[in-house]
Amino acid sequence: MKTLPETSAKCELSFTVNGDAQKVFAHPMERLLDVLRNDLKLTGTKEGCGEGECGSCSVLLDGMLVNSCLVPVAQASGANIVTIEGMSAHALMAPLQEAFLECGGAQCGICTPGMILAAVHLLEKKPEPAIADIREGLAGNLCRCTGYMQIFEAVARAARRRVPA
Amino acid sequence: MTVHHIVGASVPRKEGWGKVTGAARYVDDMTLPGMLYGATVRSSVARGKIKNISFDPSVDWNDFVIVTARDIPGKNCIALILDDQPCLASEAVNHPEEPILLLAHADRHKLRKAVEAVSIEYEPLPPVYTMEEGERQSTIIWGADNTFKSYLVEKGDVDAVWKSAAHIVEGEYFTGAQEQLYIENNGVIAAFDPENGVTVWGSLQCPYYVHKALMALCGLQEENVRVVQMETGGAFGGKEEYPSMIAGHAALLAIKSGRPVKIIYDRMEDMVATTKRHPSRTRHRTAVTEDGKILGGEIEFTIDGGAYATLSSVVLSRGTIHAGGPYYWPSVRIRTKAVATNAPPHGAFRGFGAPQSLFAMERHMDRIAQVVGVSPVEIRRRNFLRPGQTTTTQQVIREQIDLNHLLDRALDLSDYVAKEKRFTQENKLGKRRKGIGIAAFLHGAGFTGSGERYLNSLVGMEAGADGVVRVLVSSAEFGQGTNTVLCQIAAEALSLPYESVAIAQPDTTVVPNSGPTVASRTAMIVGKLVQSAAQGIKQTLMRTGLLGDDYTPEQFRAACGKYIAAHGTLKSYARYEAPGDVFWDDEKYRGEAYAAFAWAVYVAEVTVDLTTYSVTVDDFVALQEVGKVLNPVLAAGQITGGVAQGIGFALYEKVVWQNGRMLNNQMTNYIMPTSVDLPPIRVFFEELGNVHGAHGAKGIGELPMDGPAPAIVNAVEDAVGVRFCSIPVLQEDLFEALQPESLEQDTLTSTREKA
Repeated sequence: MKTLPETSAKCELSFTVNGDAQKVFAHPMERLLDVLRNDLKLTGTKEGCGEGECGSCSVLLDGMLVNSCLVPVAQASGANIVTIEGMSAHALMAPLQEAFLECGGAQCGICTPGMILAAVHLLEKKPEPAIADIREGLAGNLCRCTGYMQIFEAVARAARRRVPA
Repeated sequence: MTVHHIVGASVPRKEGWGKVTGAARYVDDMTLPGMLYGATVRSSVARGKIKNISFDPSVDWNDFVIVTARDIPGKNCIALILDDQPCLASEAVNHPEEPILLLAHADRHKLRKAVEAVSIEYEPLPPVYTMEEGERQSTIIWGADNTFKSYLVEKGDVDAVWKSAAHIVEGEYFTGAQEQLYIENNGVIAAFDPENGVTVWGSLQCPYYVHKALMALCGLQEENVRVVQMETGGAFGGKEEYPSMIAGHAALLAIKSGRPVKIIYDRMEDMVATTKRHPSRTRHRTAVTEDGKILGGEIEFTIDGGAYATLSSVVLSRGTIHAGGPYYWPSVRIRTKAVATNAPPHGAFRGFGAPQSLFAMERHMDRIAQVVGVSPVEIRRRNFLRPGQTTTTQQVIREQIDLNHLLDRALDLSDYVAKEKRFTQENKLGKRRKGIGIAAFLHGAGFTGSGERYLNSLVGMEAGADGVVRVLVSSAEFGQGTNTVLCQIAAEALSLPYESVAIAQPDTTVVPNSGPTVASRTAMIVGKLVQSAAQGIKQTLMRTGLLGDDYTPEQFRAACGKYIAAHGTLKSYARYEAPGDVFWDDEKYRGEAYAAFAWAVYVAEVTVDLTTYSVTVDDFVALQEVGKVLNPVLAAGQITGGVAQGIGFALYEKVVWQNGRMLNNQMTNYIMPTSVDLPPIRVFFEELGNVHGAHGAKGIGELPMDGPAPAIVNAVEDAVGVRFCSIPVLQEDLFEALQPESLEQDTLTSTREKA
């Protein structure tokens, strides 16, 4: 939660979230994270640090993986956003969610939405990632519970399922 | 039937689907109508008298709910063990960031500015910033002697062993504070109405701790306080006692305003104001024979408790009992104390004192090996506890643990011998030095000594007419797998499919007090009670002739339906009964400290880069005996997660203090391991069973926190020959230690260099 200048005017902004057209009335410097969570009630996107270190608030913005705590909502104007709730909006989401469940990739679950979005982004770029690629691809997303091993396994499993050997 | 052996299978996490789809509800995901946001005004000094509180007149304060200590309806304390910690400081403050005043407003932006518009004047008092200053007692800041608690453990006649010792080995070891760094910050929502009292929803480990604290603070009866645990985004001990504080704050604001109040800390507030692992200092003086057998020793273990007693006595207890490691001490004197300083209180964090004293023990074993002139492997072999021998508290080891076997297997799995040899050769060349280190350790499961007897835990179970059985416990899920494992145990006991068992959301109006979710007690102690409660349901149905010996889930459902039609509800409760053979003397600190120990040998392989002074852990073998693995995927996840935190404890995570305050209270400058920083963590289990635990399970949650730090620092010494006695070991520490002038001062050489 950052303090915003009280005098600045709110404005209407439009973008697409998980395939649905959305219009919000927000301060242009409002964090995308807060707009998603408070205005659109998409609370699957989590706040961990508010400074772009932990990656819990990761979403896809026009296919780019971004920390939504660092993105002013004005920057999302006209963009196509995918959050963890967008299972049907992205073909990679469901296999990753299943693999996370099977492999123990989620423990407390607070980093999981961001972690899965980061994994979606990775598999888009690299459908058959080596472990080193997975490590690199998830390096912006902190997990304090798992020690990451089972997350790597989950991402590798989801990738294998999508690209049959 | 196809429902056998749900225990031991990797069934999916009960609440897992909600977590992977973002549907899981954490406290910050919840909003109540008319809800206000709350914030805390905190002290800017470490110690002083509060002289004046003033409010910036440019703010319209009529808009705000303001709470001070004067608004507290009950007792101004956080009820826990000693009631010494105020909920809001009224006359004096004893640490930086101590809560003094609370504000609430509907607009979070205005609230944030208002916090800065409150000014507090202090009359400063002399502060105590370090354990050493606290011990000196030249300034008394707590009680008569700045000491929250001390213990003395004595076994045999240690004064008699020094004369006959071939070697006397001394060492002093330090561990730093460590932040739990759960990714979900602390948060609660409180609501109040005069008829029903206070309800709190929060991110927390111990619903009944919060319940007890709110009763005292708000002056309310048991039935007028309700605590509900929301999905909790990591805890690791960090949400054991602190949630009572933040819940108290939200409750006070809700009582005063009559509206629901949400308080969610941001990362900086959470890191600067809430608990961390106790910093520690351990001194060892050990008498050993010519061939490296321990004759006896003195161990002094001291922890920095911060400004209030909170859980320090209990953390100290565990550190005390684990201080001798998995070794046989014919005689020993262990003196320990928790000292007051003017820092925020240190608190519970995975391992709870044991990672601190075991770091010292396992570093010291390598030191003893050097002095005696044997390998780190051999020194451990010669001193391992064996069945029939007694621990430092004179607990007889009854389980058939073979630590030599565990060690052999760990050496084998890590390819220790070959690597040792190879690294010695390779380290003569180049700028990258490799090393390998081991740590052997134990971790007691459940509350210490008579603790479980006092807790007197109660577990419930309720069957519905639809044949679905609900586990009723206050044991919270915060990632470790409580929900899943307890449902597995219940399903197995009832011969039902896993899907037919559910677990109630911890809510003090729904679940009985099965004790706090701490001390690696859930699977073992609560699990066993879940098993008994399940048997109770089954027996009720059998006794009333509704169910035969062998039945299908469908027959079970029908039986539940008939029973409920006739009697209204079908419930069963099981209460903890202390095993008859467990003896513990709280005065002498002697006896059966824990119903069971888990045992482990960890091996770390590291590379020290002499250009960048960075340490990389290249491989990590974690082998442990845990009684019984109830769910292999979840159990492995506990170990890898604990090892990762242990690696952070050893190499990354440093709390920088300035005048009792954490300076680096951001994820940007307090560094935890990322996905590229960790080695493959290879997890192996052995299962010897345990008569006191469900299906033979022991606790495993805390165990993996104990071993990584000493194994890694032992490996670093193996690689570069520098004897680090303090963690974390950061790049700058290596840089400094490896300067020519530092190396000259350290005349001691490593075993590697001797070889």
